[in-house]
Amino acid sequence: MSLTRQDVEKIAHLARLSITEREMPVYVTSLSSIVDFVDELSRAQIGNVEPMAHPLDGQHQRLRPDVVSETDEHEKYQANAPAVQAGLYVVPRVIE
Amino acid sequence: MLHTLSIGELGRSLSSGEISSVELTRLFLARIERLNPALNALITLTAEQALLAAAAADRRRAAGEKGPLLGIPLIHKDIFCTDGVRTSCGSRMLDNFVAPYDATVVARLKAAGTVMLGKANMDEFAMGSSNETSFYGPVKNPWDTSKVPGGSSGGSAAAAAARLAAFTTGTDTGGSIRQPAALTGVTGVKPTYGRVSRYGMIAFASSLDQAGVFARSAADAAIVLQAMAGFDPRDSTSIDAPVPDYPAALREPLKGLKIGLLREFFDGLEARNASLIGDALKIYRGLGAETVEVSLPHLPLSVPTYYVVAPAECSSNLSRFDGVRFGYRCENPADLLDLYKRSRGEGFGAEVKRRIMTGTYVLSAGYFDAYYLKAQKVRRLITGDFRAAFEQVDLLIGPTTPTPAFAIGAKIDDPVTMYLNDIYTIGANLAGLPGLSLPCGFIEGLPMGLQLIGPHFSEAKLLNAAHLFQQATDWHSRSPRGYE
Repeated sequence: MSLTRQDVEKIAHLARLSITEREMPVYVTSLSSIVDFVDELSRAQIGNVEPMAHPLDGQHQRLRPDVVSETDEHEKYQANAPAVQAGLYVVPRVIE
Repeated sequence: MLHTLSIGELGRSLSSGEISSVELTRLFLARIERLNPALNALITLTAEQALLAAAAADRRRAAGEKGPLLGIPLIHKDIFCTDGVRTSCGSRMLDNFVAPYDATVVARLKAAGTVMLGKANMDEFAMGSSNETSFYGPVKNPWDTSKVPGGSSGGSAAAAAARLAAFTTGTDTGGSIRQPAALTGVTGVKPTYGRVSRYGMIAFASSLDQAGVFARSAADAAIVLQAMAGFDPRDSTSIDAPVPDYPAALREPLKGLKIGLLREFFDGLEARNASLIGDALKIYRGLGAETVEVSLPHLPLSVPTYYVVAPAECSSNLSRFDGVRFGYRCENPADLLDLYKRSRGEGFGAEVKRRIMTGTYVLSAGYFDAYYLKAQKVRRLITGDFRAAFEQVDLLIGPTTPTPAFAIGAKIDDPVTMYLNDIYTIGANLAGLPGLSLPCGFIEGLPMGLQLIGPHFSEAKLLNAAHLFQQATDWHSRSPRGYE
């Protein structure tokens, strides 16, 4: 196993995912096999290659004129929210 | 037998007044009602809106409007946002999500006068190669309902194969159009990265995702792609370049076309699969094409490269699902952290969580250089291999998949084996290239696909090569039994 249970617990915490007791051993095994599989990359002869983040060269972030293009539709968008009050998203108390 | 007609034939019947869009829509809705229960290809039916849209298309036609897609029924993959209609992405996380706007793909096809019949099942968040990871259950392959239809656009592929609509839409991040097209015997096109807008298409891996089409033939796909493709200022990576006339290019002769046979695709290829590809090459040589062997030495690294890059981008994209602004929220959260963790833990399925964790791992401190940066470098090497190959040849040809459709349940517990299904398709996504899969024969009664890959923006040539193959063969016109 290239990953331990502690490793997977740490990754799950970073990813903000609760993992049940029943799921945990399955993830330890399957994530280990995926990590072993992608370790094949360590054998590649790379040299001085620039990392590639985007499939097309020469793309740049476009700018647009600074004019209003969207109207206020927060009620429509907030219709999908689990809890809304007075136009605000409701979450458990953060500050005591 | 209207469901067997091509988009061109349907358009002629509509414009001659022989049929109306409302009649055509009723016919496909009746097929869906009768045939979908055994397939689970559609997860949302929009019959009422469809009939209204069809009536509107009929009025537009009566007012003199023309257009090859006016009044033509389609099914959208449930990854595309559809204003006022549930858009689930195959996930419990979005089971209750009603999109507040249309994806650009949806808007463009709507403007062309198409009629949406419903939304197609898919692997959850497009992560899967068998359509078994959907919250709504697996899709069955119409050629054999004990087999998978492929994924992630499995519902779209099965619906196209079963003639539940004139065509369907899909998305392809590592093969999710081409692989299911091959396994269900339809024509599937994944355009160049940036050719079709990603706006309103729920993101999985943003540097790889691209929308495309499932159709009965390359000629039908050309008509649909014409309406889908083009610049969209709402997608920051959309390409601002003119779209060629795809249908007009279909009949260009292939004399002198140089087709590259990828050595890496043929090494170890199963004998029956190799023999189907060999038969296809004979057709192409008969059409005047030359075939040359080429090698892409880094291509064998494409699957491990993809399974670092795609999960990394997925872990970032799916961080937006926090149980606060939209989507699933857990019951009685103890605090904000508990709300995040349990909403995500309960809302996402097993494969999505696996990909998020893989991505989180390869991006985490201490592993970023060894995995993510390394994969990005190998991605450049693979892209360079393709570029060098296209200096010698016009198109690359090979199989779409290693095997025909496999049994439901056969690979779902072994992610690495499942990932290797995409071995022939992933390279095109890493390099942003267009690819097309078209039916080229059968193994044990199950359809197989021939894959064409071209340089950036060569969709017209791919469709042209596929169309002329389909003029010389009839594999694409075969229907699964019970769906004729």
